[in-house]
Amino acid sequence: MIEAMSPRLILLAPEMILFVAAVTVAILGLSKNHGIRASLPFITCAALIASIAAVPLTWTNENSQAANLLLPTLGRFVKPLLAGVGVLLVLLSVGSVDRRMEESVARGRMAFDPQRVVRGEFYAFFLLSIMGAMLLCNAQDLIWLFLAIELVSLPTYIMVAIGGSGNRNQEAAVKYFFLGAMSTAVFLYGFALLYGSTGSLQFLEIRNALATQSAGSGIDTLATIGIVLILLGLCFKITAVPMQFYAPDVYEGAPTHVTAFLAFVPKTAGFTAMVLILTCVGWSGHTLIDTDGIRIPYTGLPTPIAAILWMIAILTMTLGNIGALLQSSVKRMLAYSSVAHSGYLILGLIAGATAGIEALFFYLLAYGVMTTASFAALAAIERRGEEINSFSDLAGLRLRHPVMAWMLAISAASLVGMPPFIGFFGKIYLFIAAFEADQFGLVLAAVLNSAISGLYYLKLAIVPLVAPPSARSEEVTSVPSRWPFIAAVVCGVGTIFLSAIAGPLVGAAKSSAQASPIVLTASQAAVPTASTH
Amino acid sequence: MLLIWTSILFPIVAAFAVAIGPTKSAKWTAFAGTLVSLGALTLFAWNFPAWHNAEHFPNTTGPSWIPHAGITFSVGFDTVSLLLALLSAFLMPLCIVGSFSAITERTKEYYGWFLVLGSSIILAFAARDAILFYIGYEFTLVPMTLIIAIYGGTERRVAAIKMFLYTFLGSMFMLATLLYIGWEHRLAVGAWDFDIDTLTKTATRLPSSTQYWVFAAFMVGFAVKVPLFPLHTWLPLAHDQAPTAGSVILASAMLKLGTYGNYRFALPMAPAGGADLMSFVAVLAIIAIIYASLICWVQTDAKKLIAYSSVAHLGLCMLGLFALNPVGAEGAVFYMVNHGLSTGALFLCIGMFYERYHTKDTDVVGGLAKRMPVWASFMVLFTLASIGLPGLNGFIGEFLCLGGTFISEHDGQTGYPGVLGPWYAVVAGLGLIFAAMYLLILLGKLVWGPLREPHDDAAHTTSAIRLPQDLCFREIAILTPLAVACIWLGVQPKPMLDAIAPCAERMLANYPKEVERYMSQSAGTPLASINGKTNESRGE
Repeated sequence: MIEAMSPRLILLAPEMILFVAAVTVAILGLSKNHGIRASLPFITCAALIASIAAVPLTWTNENSQAANLLLPTLGRFVKPLLAGVGVLLVLLSVGSVDRRMEESVARGRMAFDPQRVVRGEFYAFFLLSIMGAMLLCNAQDLIWLFLAIELVSLPTYIMVAIGGSGNRNQEAAVKYFFLGAMSTAVFLYGFALLYGSTGSLQFLEIRNALATQSAGSGIDTLATIGIVLILLGLCFKITAVPMQFYAPDVYEGAPTHVTAFLAFVPKTAGFTAMVLILTCVGWSGHTLIDTDGIRIPYTGLPTPIAAILWMIAILTMTLGNIGALLQSSVKRMLAYSSVAHSGYLILGLIAGATAGIEALFFYLLAYGVMTTASFAALAAIERRGEEINSFSDLAGLRLRHPVMAWMLAISAASLVGMPPFIGFFGKIYLFIAAFEADQFGLVLAAVLNSAISGLYYLKLAIVPLVAPPSARSEEVTSVPSRWPFIAAVVCGVGTIFLSAIAGPLVGAAKSSAQASPIVLTASQAAVPTASTH
Repeated sequence: MLLIWTSILFPIVAAFAVAIGPTKSAKWTAFAGTLVSLGALTLFAWNFPAWHNAEHFPNTTGPSWIPHAGITFSVGFDTVSLLLALLSAFLMPLCIVGSFSAITERTKEYYGWFLVLGSSIILAFAARDAILFYIGYEFTLVPMTLIIAIYGGTERRVAAIKMFLYTFLGSMFMLATLLYIGWEHRLAVGAWDFDIDTLTKTATRLPSSTQYWVFAAFMVGFAVKVPLFPLHTWLPLAHDQAPTAGSVILASAMLKLGTYGNYRFALPMAPAGGADLMSFVAVLAIIAIIYASLICWVQTDAKKLIAYSSVAHLGLCMLGLFALNPVGAEGAVFYMVNHGLSTGALFLCIGMFYERYHTKDTDVVGGLAKRMPVWASFMVLFTLASIGLPGLNGFIGEFLCLGGTFISEHDGQTGYPGVLGPWYAVVAGLGLIFAAMYLLILLGKLVWGPLREPHDDAAHTTSAIRLPQDLCFREIAILTPLAVACIWLGVQPKPMLDAIAPCAERMLANYPKEVERYMSQSAGTPLASINGKTNESRGE
């Protein structure tokens, strides 16, 4: 037992680092010394960087194979991705966690409450949530998957509430929590049905059971409904239709630095979970080309699941983009844009192993950097101590805060898919993957949607750079902390720099998407491995 | 290879230098940056070994960028792309110098963006990799949108947004098509590759029905950029609102990306589609010629007039390309270069008098030959070049385009599947008469006749830099190289035409076999019916 456990434990080294850091940060947050409390974000950063370093050291081939994982190389890309964007997200929150509260006290909106000044727990929850997302990569059964994904979500509910001050945060947190709880119920029910159909909680066994079913009369109805429910429940995490309704309200209500977190971490976790579940189902037509160049028909996911994902993808990108067109609030617009990007990302899920999955994770990297750039630029400025909300606050931003105006423009260009920014390569790669899966219709839908998205992203670039300043935007000042500013610049430069090294990054994503080979037991030996449904 | 990358990347380096350096020296840094770029490209052209064959040089694959997707840093020129790149690189320093007095605010950003614009245009022409081409092609939009939106006229934001959205929508279709052909290549060979020659080979092997759609999708993308008739509405507004130098680059270099796209992608990659849709495109081109000419006739805004004349001229250029024979294609390419020179020069001339009078309305200003004789002589020269006076550069291109259209008949003699014939040429020729009319009316109002000047001199006093009444040395220095080029190419077009000819033939290499396809098809195809009609009408 111990021998079987040890490689799994070694693989968990990054999570352990984060856990220790989370506890440390929570305790240090109680210190009376302001200097120690002020160092908390940097301890958080250090822990995240240490966990990045721990991944290549511990995630060796022997260890991951011994751990008997479904996707033995997944963590090698996803964990550094989470921690790397996490570092930028921490920088966004420096200064704003404590300060919003001080601001409220100074303005007489709340009485001074010494217990609330201490916000070490914010960073502890931050680390725990990222740790949950990392744990997903090590999941080998449904229970682990469930615990990990709840570990991602539960801290975020609290972060929305305590990240800033004021009633809007609380309102957003409550709304987020109740809808999140509902989505949890939905996918938990799906887990139950899947267990009922396959008789196992282990991914590898579920996969074998489903392969046996599909080699026979096809995956049975119970399992199909289970998988569909799981996917629908996870749609909440990735802000996809039909669970996207909370996104604009919660994104707008949450403090900006937490919004940036919500836009990236739960989404990455949700997609990782979806990849795991769908890998159990399997894309039977993985290899389209045989050596003689003859086209083998792509069978893809089982029809009901593929159809549901198709509808989710098209509706999500269309509703997201059309919703974003109508917004006058920047954060709501970015919320809808986040919905639209989920729609593009689902292309990767439909395209499947391995091209689709690597495109998915590569796009998540691109998306993480560029969306953090836009939120960081928003977090670096404020108007009369309040967060920036409407476009009229941003008009003529260039005159007073040129760098932030440029960063907003760069992130908009990258989000719309303008070359040579990283968003363009992300999109190209997703489209290529969709082509490989013969999903020409989806590519066309995504292309048309990208064209629509040009309308509102252009607004995000033109308003700060070109529009004349309004009465509201005259009052915009930069926040006292310089760290959000630095995060915005790093992300902005990153959108250009990462596309220069897109080749190696794609290579890294590629090596992460390999599923472990199907090993059939003696009773299943008659079932062909490249099964069709 | 090194010289090409120097000419592409040096402007970007200079743009960083402009951004970091002091405001005062920004314009000189920018000027130096574009000069180095032009110098590198000229040096490359001097040693260019492939002037008289249709090959690319350098013909090697560049370093890999994204190996899994087959995207490489491959650059290289054939004669046509080299000529267009030289044109852009040649106009860049002139535009920078031309902006010295016009741009007085936010100069660092302006010159920075201008340099970036120049390098992305050269990248688009130099690219041998379809994705690299797309990067250059698409990225030109960003600096141009900002240049219009920040430094333009009163409706600048509307103009910039309209331009961006039109072109962006079009190029998304183009991108999807490029990826689709890449995918077909992947199916055929087993690996992704975006080398343009490879893609061309793959695309020409596709079935005719597929080629039809490939061609149509390419046309949506490139027709917006050219711009072709129903999709042209962004252009006059953009030209009208853009600062002078922006208009010059927009007309002379960016619109050429549209026609170059047809030359490099749409026509050679989908010969079946090109042959099927040629009459459709030709009709649109002729509508553009006539319609834009009629608008020009009643136009009192000098800059808008030139913008609409640009639509008409590029319509003629498209007609030449879609005559689908070497004569028309040769003329079209030659015309691309010459339209760039003469229209660019006209925009510069208009900009120079606008800086003095702050109006472009030909009802308000006129008879300037008395006040600005030097300016007037340049204006007359470039207008005549634009009309197509024999002896100046415009004539040769127009003549060849029309000639190509005239002989574009599918009768098995020429070996090319043209269906246009004399009637198309006659109607398009009307456009040239219109062009002479509206441009001469413009000259008559603006240059000759009684002197008319706007009364309020308030504009003069607010101008940051006082300009002399007639052109100053700087302005003469800008226009002289253009004038020399116009006259030189008008008198001595043969070297350039000889250089273009093999490329034109290479572009159409896959078309003769389309004739066989039509021959083998039964009667009643659109081609046969149109051809029958033209023959009938000729018989009458």
